[in-house]
Amino acid sequence: MAAPPQAPGRAPAPPLPTGRGIELLLLAFAAVIVTGALVIVEANQEQEVTTTLLWLGLAYLGLFAVAHLAVRRWAPYADPLILPSVALLNGLGLVMIHRLDLANADRASLLGNAPPSSLVLRQVAWTAIGLALFMLVLWRVRDHRTLARFGYTAGFAGIILLALPGLLPASISQVNGAKLWIRIGGIGIQPGEFAKLLLIVFFATFLVQKRELFTTAGRRFLGMEFPRARDLAPLIVAWGLSVGVLVFESDLGTSLLFFGILLVLLYVATERISWMVIGLVFFVGGAVLAYNLFGHVRVRVQVWLDPFSDFNGNGYQIGQALFGLGTGGVGGTGLGAGRPDLVPFAESDFMWSSLGEELGLIGLASILVIYLVLITRGLRSALAVRDSFGKLLATGLSYAVALQIFVVIGGVTKLIPLTGLTLPFLSYGGSSLVANYALVALLLRISNAARAPLPQRPSVPQAPLAQAATELVQRPAAADEARGAQA
Amino acid sequence: MNTPVRRVAISVMVMILLLLANLTYVQVVKAGDYRNDPRNQRVLLAEYSRQRGQITADGKVLAQSVATDDRLRFQRQYPNGPAFAPLTGYYSVLYSSTGIERASDSVLNGTDDRLFGRRLSDLITGRDPSGGNVALTIQPTVQQVAYDQMTAKHFAGAVVALRPQTGEILAMASTPSFDPNPLASHNTKTQQDAWKADNAADPPVLPNRAISETYPPGSTFKLIDTAAALQNGYTPDSPLTAAPRITLTGTNTTLENFDGTPCGTGATATLRDALARSCNTAFATLAGALGPDVLRKQAEAFGIGTSGMTIPMPVVPSSIGDLPDTAALEQSGIGQRDVRLTPLQNAMVVAAIANGGTLMAPHLVKEIQGPELETIDTTKADRIGQAVPAGVAATLTDLMIGSENRTQGGGKIAGVQIASKTGTAEHGNDPKNTPPHGWYVAFAPAQNPVVAVAVIVEDGGDRALEATGGSIAAPIGRAVIAEALRAGQ
Repeated sequence: MAAPPQAPGRAPAPPLPTGRGIELLLLAFAAVIVTGALVIVEANQEQEVTTTLLWLGLAYLGLFAVAHLAVRRWAPYADPLILPSVALLNGLGLVMIHRLDLANADRASLLGNAPPSSLVLRQVAWTAIGLALFMLVLWRVRDHRTLARFGYTAGFAGIILLALPGLLPASISQVNGAKLWIRIGGIGIQPGEFAKLLLIVFFATFLVQKRELFTTAGRRFLGMEFPRARDLAPLIVAWGLSVGVLVFESDLGTSLLFFGILLVLLYVATERISWMVIGLVFFVGGAVLAYNLFGHVRVRVQVWLDPFSDFNGNGYQIGQALFGLGTGGVGGTGLGAGRPDLVPFAESDFMWSSLGEELGLIGLASILVIYLVLITRGLRSALAVRDSFGKLLATGLSYAVALQIFVVIGGVTKLIPLTGLTLPFLSYGGSSLVANYALVALLLRISNAARAPLPQRPSVPQAPLAQAATELVQRPAAADEARGAQA
Repeated sequence: MNTPVRRVAISVMVMILLLLANLTYVQVVKAGDYRNDPRNQRVLLAEYSRQRGQITADGKVLAQSVATDDRLRFQRQYPNGPAFAPLTGYYSVLYSSTGIERASDSVLNGTDDRLFGRRLSDLITGRDPSGGNVALTIQPTVQQVAYDQMTAKHFAGAVVALRPQTGEILAMASTPSFDPNPLASHNTKTQQDAWKADNAADPPVLPNRAISETYPPGSTFKLIDTAAALQNGYTPDSPLTAAPRITLTGTNTTLENFDGTPCGTGATATLRDALARSCNTAFATLAGALGPDVLRKQAEAFGIGTSGMTIPMPVVPSSIGDLPDTAALEQSGIGQRDVRLTPLQNAMVVAAIANGGTLMAPHLVKEIQGPELETIDTTKADRIGQAVPAGVAATLTDLMIGSENRTQGGGKIAGVQIASKTGTAEHGNDPKNTPPHGWYVAFAPAQNPVVAVAVIVEDGGDRALEATGGSIAAPIGRAVIAEALRAGQ
């Protein structure tokens, strides 16, 4: 980037605050919290508290410092709160996964089994891969608007990725009943997580291009402008896609997520609340249909209504999660002092109850606030960025995080029926982590565009006054009118 | 496009608020329910991860927790399980707890208020928190003798020994008993098997008969008749009927003496003689003459009918029944009909007589100790009330010596005068053909008592229909007294 040419004899304009200093400070703060959390876990689990922990904390800080340098280099005006929020969430997730590792190792040694492989080391590796992708995206995508050029390609790739596990044989794709995986040689990938990003890019491209189509006046009904029936096609396609995911991959969460994101993007693009109403009707219809057609959906609903009536069967997970949350209470048992390992899948789907048991309501509320900061900073970028595609993309990405945490946390705490999704950045799971780092890189890219100063017009060199030719200056008409209005 | 984005932001905040509200409901409003749900093992696991305190008696460990390397870090052990099981109870992951394990749980797990200072210092010094110890009033050798005596002949029943002056429980055996060790096992299968076997056992092994079962007291109840009579114009020499059988007032039912014999040789027998011979007709008539109010008042003075008594385990209330008419009163006067006492209650009656008429509250916990055996709290002897005046108590002692001297059975102790009363209580739907319960209540030495005992042997012991309190219960009571006298020196 070349510095804008300065007029000779003028003081340079004061540089706009980029927020990079704040970002680094907050990253260091996150490192302190995460290291502190690790020390508490070790102390409560009666492991030796050594200086190794300090080195781990510094390594964590180093990893994010590199990410910070990448932001400094390639997106200097990016929002300074987004990366530290993500770093803190990821760090707390790592500490909790390590804590559950200790519990699993403990149990294995009691049963005389070989110690299970460490999940936290894998998650650290995934974090590194995620940050690498994060930097790659920042480096390669220098202007988010270029993504619009690949919108349809992204949509095509997204649908392929989404459909792939459903088409593959269950031996490769099925884990715990849901066909979401591609597992080759011990490494599993959930392509749906990446499809989520690609489809958001596609939706944003598509909606910006076809905006007029959806804003064409239809009938007015109940004070709302409803679209023409033939314009419903994209919504029906998305709905079909969601139902397809549900039928062929038994994945309630992803299905819900896609539909919700598309609906919100449609609403933002058209500014018409009627799309939400139609969407909700489709949603209710789909939900009723799913309840009546699929046994696993009915089971989920019954467990949601009363997990304790079948505590030793289907209700065990939710029941144990609620016991954990209740035992934690307001203040929690303290990191490393509870029994979060009693809940099956404590490190992935039920990460939230693990955190809730040991950190209590206070800890969970704090984590929710961190998520809220992340989401609102994303939406803030959507408001501030100047192009429609950027607005839609930023809204879609932010809302994806929001809806996902609502569905996961609501499911684990019995607010809504449980669906199998992971908590972004906190839960164990490589695909989710890596995909979400790409998501954050895109958000930072858009926020950079939103906060960067407008490119200045090359200033015309002015001749010294003495040599200047007389110019005819005309008073602008608008200024006249304004003055007239004041008078 | 900005207006809808703002609305989306608001909807996100609403979603987060919904989550927070629901979390508050789960973690604050419902937290207690979830925490204390029996299916929630977390509290239990936390309790097991602390070192639970010991239960000791005179320096002997009855229950202790030793470190293990399994999930529940401490294993509860009962070194002499069955003999002391009625005292310690058990402490089980699956089946909760009983006995002192339950009654003194807050001390043993360290949450008792009296251990607050200790907890505070644990917190500051970073010491592993551990529970307090409970030292019992039990004399281990007396308990062992009581248990051995009962089990040697496979008797079902109970033995209670009290120190009359303080109410300290020196022994409390219940047989047949169970081993609490497998119930405290960390192996689920072991626990379940033991639980199944213990519950299927016949006669039952889990209840502590001394405090949770009531039995008809039979002739031992005549002590209460006598106590009431001595305060209502009767003397040891007052004449009572000596008839071998009488007809209950207002009925055709006859009531007869043991073996249908007359009470001595005369037409009447003195109160002293009637008690020594345990004549049913005499005491039935006496109870009828005293009236229901006098009898009930005297029974209550000895603690019968008191509910909510704890030692600290809860004690089932004893009762003399409704006494609707004179016939009922006459039957109740010989400790039949609806009169039902716990073995502990019967021991309290003789202990009060032994203590100059003053009834002391029976208790099992001598002191509460901190984890390093430092005394934190000592139980003080608690006077319940004056059951009978001192003079009446002295007369009763005198009469009980007469009874002891006529009582059969072995185990008499040379040089020690025991004061006692036996009982042979009928029970069941066909009393004449059901082996009776044999009672022996006593204290010794008669003039300077150091121990009061109550023994019950269920269902005739090894003598079937021939059984009497003297033949089956008295030898056990005397052995227990002998050991208490020996241990007390």
